[in-house]
Amino acid sequence: MEIKRRDFLKMAAGTSLFLATGAPAMAREQKSLPPEAVGMLYDSTVCIGCRACQPACKQANDMPVEHSTPDSVWDDPIDLSAKTLNIIKVYTTGRGINKDSETDGYSFIKRHCMHCVDPACVSACPVSALKKNQQTGVVSYNKDACIGCRYCQLACPYNIPKFEFDKTFPQIRKCQLCEHRFKDNKFSACCEVCPTGASIFGKVADLQAEAKKRLTLKPGEYYKYPVAHVKSGQVSYRPVAKYQPKVYGEKDGGGSQILMLAAVSFEKLGMPALDEASDASFSENIQHTVYKGMIGPGVLLAGLLFAAYKSTNKKDE
Amino acid sequence: MNEESKPLGGKILTKPFLVCAFFAAIAAVLLVKRFIYGIGAVSNLSDGYPWGIWIAYDVVTGTAIACGGYSMALLVYIFNKGEYHPLVKPALLASMFGYTLAGFSVMFDIGRYWQAYNLVLPNYMQFNSVMFEVAMCVSLYIGILWMEFSPTLADWIKAKGLQKMLNRVMFIFIAIGVLLPTMHQSSLGSLLLLAGKKVSPLWHTGFLPLLFLISAITMGYAIVIFESIVSSVGFKREIETPILSKVAGFIPILIGIYLVVRFADIIIRGKIGLIFAFDLKAVMFIIENILYVIPLVILASPGNRVKTRQLFIAAGTLLLAGSVYRFNAFLIGFDPGAGWQYFPSFSEIMITLGVIASEIMAYMIFVKKMPVLPSMRHA
Repeated sequence: MEIKRRDFLKMAAGTSLFLATGAPAMAREQKSLPPEAVGMLYDSTVCIGCRACQPACKQANDMPVEHSTPDSVWDDPIDLSAKTLNIIKVYTTGRGINKDSETDGYSFIKRHCMHCVDPACVSACPVSALKKNQQTGVVSYNKDACIGCRYCQLACPYNIPKFEFDKTFPQIRKCQLCEHRFKDNKFSACCEVCPTGASIFGKVADLQAEAKKRLTLKPGEYYKYPVAHVKSGQVSYRPVAKYQPKVYGEKDGGGSQILMLAAVSFEKLGMPALDEASDASFSENIQHTVYKGMIGPGVLLAGLLFAAYKSTNKKDE
Repeated sequence: MNEESKPLGGKILTKPFLVCAFFAAIAAVLLVKRFIYGIGAVSNLSDGYPWGIWIAYDVVTGTAIACGGYSMALLVYIFNKGEYHPLVKPALLASMFGYTLAGFSVMFDIGRYWQAYNLVLPNYMQFNSVMFEVAMCVSLYIGILWMEFSPTLADWIKAKGLQKMLNRVMFIFIAIGVLLPTMHQSSLGSLLLLAGKKVSPLWHTGFLPLLFLISAITMGYAIVIFESIVSSVGFKREIETPILSKVAGFIPILIGIYLVVRFADIIIRGKIGLIFAFDLKAVMFIIENILYVIPLVILASPGNRVKTRQLFIAAGTLLLAGSVYRFNAFLIGFDPGAGWQYFPSFSEIMITLGVIASEIMAYMIFVKKMPVLPSMRHA
C-alpha cells in the first residue's frame, strides 16, 4: 500500500480551505451599541433585597408563580427559570452580617437578560426567533419563529434563555426588557417599582455616565441616587459604598445594555468572567471566512463536479 | 456497475433482528411519552445542559460514524480510486440510515418540531447561524444520500430505464454529496465556537471546524473497515482484507495531521497545563488522545494492515476516539457554571439505543433484499 504524494496533496488542498478557519479574520467586526439603546443600571450596593422587582416582573409579563418548596404559599423561586425572568440572589460569606463586604458579609445581585451589544443567542438562532432591535437594542423572542433547538441556551454566557422542558408545546422564556410597555411610555417594571434606585432604567449612554460617576465618589459621602429612571428626577439620598472599580457589562463579552456596580467582586456574585471580544464575532468570523459569498464552497463544488464526472464516466465506458 | 453486488437473501426475522426490534419498540413507547408530556418527562436535559446525548450521540457522533459514504466517495470518485468501488454501496447504505436517523432524532429533540419548516422560510432564515448551516446541509445531505442510493432501489424494483437515467446524473449527487459533509461535519464543530468560556480550552479553539472535519473523515474510513468485517462475520462471508488494508493506509496520515493540529493548537494557546490537573476533563482528554494514538501506531505499520484482527482493533479504537472527542467537546468539556449537572436519564439512553437498533434493522433488511454487498468471488 502506498499513498502517492500527489493524492495526499490533493487531499490537503481540499481541506486547506478550512485551514483558514484557524486564523483570526477581519470579516465581521464586533457590533456596537444601537443609537437609541436602552437598558438598566443595577447597583448592588443600593439594593436592599426587598425583591419588589420580582412580582412586578411577573405581573408585567404574565408569568406564573413558582414554588421552590412543597408547601410554599408565596412566589419563591430559587433561580431564574422558564417561570421567573428576573431574580434577586444573595451572596454570603462567613457570618454574613456586613452588607457589601467580602468578609463576614453579603451582597445582592439581580439576574436577568443582559441584552448584550453583540448577543450570542441572536447569532445562534437559525430562524431569527431571537432578534436584537436595531434602535433600542432589546433582545426579544418570537415563539412563532422558534423551532426549539435550544442553541441559544448553549450559546448564552449568562445561561439566560430558559426552556419549558415540562410542556407539550414548549417555548423559550427570557427577559425582554418589558419592550411591550414602551409604547405606553412605560419602562421595565422591575425598575419602576424599585424603591431605592438599585435598578434604574434609561438610555445606555446616560447609564454609563451615571455608573462612571458613581465610581469617582468617595465611600461614605452622600449621593443623590436616581430612582426608577436615570432621568426621573426622583432621588434617594444615601451614603456611597466602597465600589469595585468596574462597571460590569461595559465591555464584558462585548458589552451589554445592562450595567452593574457592586462592592463585592463580580465573580463572587456569580457573574462570568468574559473576554472583551464577543463570542458571536469570534464564531461568525470563522464561519464568514469559510463561507464568504459562498465562493469557497462554490469553487469546491465545481472541482468536485469535475472530478466526479470524470471518474463516473470513465467507469461507464 | 450492479453486476458487482447481489442481495444476500435469507429470512428477515433473525434473532439479532428481533433483539433490535425489542429496543426500537421501547424507544417508540418512550417517544410517545415525550410528545405528550414534554422533553423533561423522558430526559435529564436542563437549562444548563440544553443538549444531551440525543445531540452529542445521535447527531454529532452518529453522523460522523455515518461518514463512510462520504469518505469512500472522496476516495473513489474524487481521487479516482475505482478499485475501492465494492465498498461504496454498503458504506452509502449505512450513511443513509445514520443520517436519516440523525434527522429523525433532531425532530424529537427540538422543542417546537411542528415549526421546523421555518428553517426554509426566507423571512426566518438566519445566515449567520452555524445551526442554520448545519440544519440545511444535513437535511439536504439526507436527500442526496437517498439519491445516491436510488440506482440500487431502481435496480431492486427492476426499473432499468430509471436506473440508467439516475446513473447518468449521479456525478452531480456525488459531487454535492462530498461538498455537504465537508461543510456540515466541520460546522458541527463550529457549533461550539459560540459557547465560548462554557467549553473547556482543551476543546474550545478556532480549529474546531478543521478538527471535526478531519476526525469525521477518519471515522468514515474506520466505519467502512469495521462494518465490512462485522458484516462478513455476521453474514458468514469472506472478509475483504486486501481492499480494507488499502483503505487503512490513509488513516495514519489523517490521524497524524489531526494530532499535530490538535496539540500544536493547545500548546500555542498555552493551555497544555490543563492536562495535568487530572480532573475529569483532563482524564477524558488523555483517554481521547490515547484512543487516537492506538490506531495510529497499529496502522502505521504496513504489516498490521493485512491482518484482519489488527484492522478491526484499529478501526474500533478510532471510532471510539472520534466518539469520545465529540462527547468530550459537547458534554464533558461543556460547563455552564456552578450547580448544573447532566447525566442522561434511563429513558434518554433507551431512546438513543432504539434509534441505533432501528438503524441496524434497516441495514439488515436492505442488504438482504437489495443488491448492496459485493457478490463473493469464491462462493
